[in-house]
Amino acid sequence: MVIEVKKQKKTDFQLAIKGEMTIYTALEQKQALYKHLLSVKTLQIDLGGVTEIDSAGIQLLMFLKQEAESRQIKLSLIEHSHPVVEAFELLNLSHHFGDPIMISAEWKSS
Amino acid sequence: MSEFDSAIAIFSQEAAELLSEMEKALLLLESDPNNSEIINSLFRAMHTIKGSSGLFGFAAIVSFTHEAESVLDQVRKGERQIDAELISVLLDSKDHTAMLIDHCLTDNQAPLPEELQSAGLKLIERLCGPRETSLQVSAQTGGKLVAEGGVELSIDDSWLILLDFQTDAFRNGIDPLSFIHYLKTHGEIKQILTITPTMPSGEAMDPENCYLHFKIAFVSAASKKTIESIFEFAADDCEIKILPPNSKIQEYLDLMQSLDTNQVTRLGEMLVEVGALTQNDVNQALKSQQLAQACEAETAKPLGEILVAQNAIQQPVVEQALKIQELNKQKQASEANFIRVDATKLGLLINLVGELVTSSAAMNLIVERYGLSDADDIATNMNSLVNNIRDTALELRMVQIGETFSRFRRVVRDVSKDLNKNIELYIKGGETELDKTVVEKINDPLMHLIRNSLDHGIESPAERIAAGKSPQGSLQLTAFHQSGHVVIQIDDDGAGLNSEKIVAKAIANGLIKPDHGLSKQEIYNLIFSAGLSTKDQATNLSGRGVGMDVVKRNIDELRGTVSIDSVEGQGVSITIQLPLTLAIIDGFMVSTGEERYIIPLDRVVECVELEPSEYEINFVEHYINLRGEVLPYLRLGDYFQQRDSNHNKRESIVVIRTGKTKVGLVVDELHGEYQTVIKPLGKVFENLKGIAGATILGDGNVALILDVQMLFQMAIKKRNKAGKYIKNVASGNAG
Repeated sequence: MVIEVKKQKKTDFQLAIKGEMTIYTALEQKQALYKHLLSVKTLQIDLGGVTEIDSAGIQLLMFLKQEAESRQIKLSLIEHSHPVVEAFELLNLSHHFGDPIMISAEWKSS
Repeated sequence: MSEFDSAIAIFSQEAAELLSEMEKALLLLESDPNNSEIINSLFRAMHTIKGSSGLFGFAAIVSFTHEAESVLDQVRKGERQIDAELISVLLDSKDHTAMLIDHCLTDNQAPLPEELQSAGLKLIERLCGPRETSLQVSAQTGGKLVAEGGVELSIDDSWLILLDFQTDAFRNGIDPLSFIHYLKTHGEIKQILTITPTMPSGEAMDPENCYLHFKIAFVSAASKKTIESIFEFAADDCEIKILPPNSKIQEYLDLMQSLDTNQVTRLGEMLVEVGALTQNDVNQALKSQQLAQACEAETAKPLGEILVAQNAIQQPVVEQALKIQELNKQKQASEANFIRVDATKLGLLINLVGELVTSSAAMNLIVERYGLSDADDIATNMNSLVNNIRDTALELRMVQIGETFSRFRRVVRDVSKDLNKNIELYIKGGETELDKTVVEKINDPLMHLIRNSLDHGIESPAERIAAGKSPQGSLQLTAFHQSGHVVIQIDDDGAGLNSEKIVAKAIANGLIKPDHGLSKQEIYNLIFSAGLSTKDQATNLSGRGVGMDVVKRNIDELRGTVSIDSVEGQGVSITIQLPLTLAIIDGFMVSTGEERYIIPLDRVVECVELEPSEYEINFVEHYINLRGEVLPYLRLGDYFQQRDSNHNKRESIVVIRTGKTKVGLVVDELHGEYQTVIKPLGKVFENLKGIAGATILGDGNVALILDVQMLFQMAIKKRNKAGKYIKNVASGNAG
């Protein structure tokens, strides 16, 4: 499973997505993530392990955001990996998600 | 004619044209009050008349048209609203202008008659009345586009690219991200909005569907075409709209100005040429236009509107393009398209062509008689040239009937107002062409028939509602071509004809006997007889019982036919059939004895041998059973030459038709098609029944052109005399 539950405290969940977030994984990831949305109040998603993200992945994140908002779930994305940040920047989405993005020093050099 | 006189003649003709155009425009404006093109043409009409009147020193016209012009200018600038009141004032102003022109042309020195003067002042008052309450139209919105989400994308110097990906985009291997990546290599993305307006929530969201839409402000020196080519690969899965930056608009406008103004290009073509649009945009817009037309649910919008609605281009660019297009059109219309030619010169040409046709026939005869095989080719070639010349020459006189038709708009409008009726005129087939002389002569009969329909035919709104019809009556004018003839139909949805009333009137007038035995159709056609009106009360419009016979006579003179059909309570349909031209026809030559006759070819249905062994022929009562169809027939030889028919000789029967009925003409010999130049017969032969004219044959002999209509009646009369038996057979086989 590419999504692992890192912390679980009743209705507080912290999930970590590992590997790629692309059209090939979108269906599986949506089902897994959507399941959690039905029960939680707060959801943190750790994107640190995302190695690749494409439009379908971005769309999935936007979907989660939309769903969370309508269900009044506090959704935050944390530890954005390099590919995620790049895609967010390209599409000007950082503002949309509103989560602070940590930019580590080594990305800049790469 | 002095130069001044000819200038005056041109002025009067031009003014008349402008005024009739103006009337047309005003009536159009009633249904489409915001059409700026129409308003512009109104303004131009007044402006032009004012200008040219000034040249001739017609002060009265100038001062009046000046007022009308300035009011129209206000309308044009959007400072004044067009409404029904203004339209009717402008219509009156148009009439007034016509009167002023008449006055100035007849006697410019004489002072303006008092009533004209006061009428003018009154009109000016009505024209200028509500000047204070004029409306100000809001300024155009600036160069900002508001995206959903409230974020404004400034597009002053950047392209606005709208990408709406289709749901199947991902499945087709399209990754929008990579396109945007690629886009970055062509310029700078100033601003990008990623939105998912169509994304469903919950289970319904399929993560493999694509719901992504992008709005991108993009700064680049690339052309629209280059930018479009970036997304070429995704074109099937993405709706792409690329709006040029405002700074580019000026460039397009400048480019359009410098385009070749001698050619009217299509709107789409022009915009593609300056680079404001790509071929793709245009194709898409055209497609949706066609779709709208096919559905007919709503009237298809003009291309410019579709393009703007599709976000392919900004309004100002389209407006400018339309303006230029209009300008070019006008320029062409005024410069190249028309040469004014004296009608008599045309008449002369057509006469000469007629002579040419005759002498070419003579030449053919010689070539044939002496078997000059060398000359055969040349003769054939010349024949086809002569045919072409004939057709082209006749076409010169062809005019569209639409103008005549649209004149009736005013009539319908005014008359229905007078009568307190609500009647709409529909015109169909206005582009149908026919000979100008025919058009001129058909005007009066048409006017009469239309007035009749308006007055007697269509009921008042109250009566209509009582009869369960919509309060608005409709009158339809239709024109179309049918086998060498022009058919004009006048249909109304009024009360229809009351056959009993007609019969009663006709009996009272001694037109028919009480035991008439006429069919409904024949009864209806009785109203074309003199002195028959079914209206109990004559009005100032119609109903005095004179007129319908004049209508019929006028149409007969044009070698046309008129027939009437009606369903009581549902309306009347009048059908007029007219020959395309009065000068030259395709004829079918036959002969009996030494005499040759021409039958208009388009009337001929078939020719068969009159063979008693094959067809059942009643020689006494003059009818033939032609494959189950009973036809009355007429022996041309008996009729014209008073000879006794010799039944032993081989004869042929030519079946001719008018409308739905057919009769046969028995002749000795068939000669085939012949181009016939119609020469009118002199006064002496005016009352000759059955002959419509004559023509000169190639060998110098004269052939008579048969008046099919008249022969019809003779044949049918004969049949009727022949007794009831045939009548029964005929009606049994009718249809």
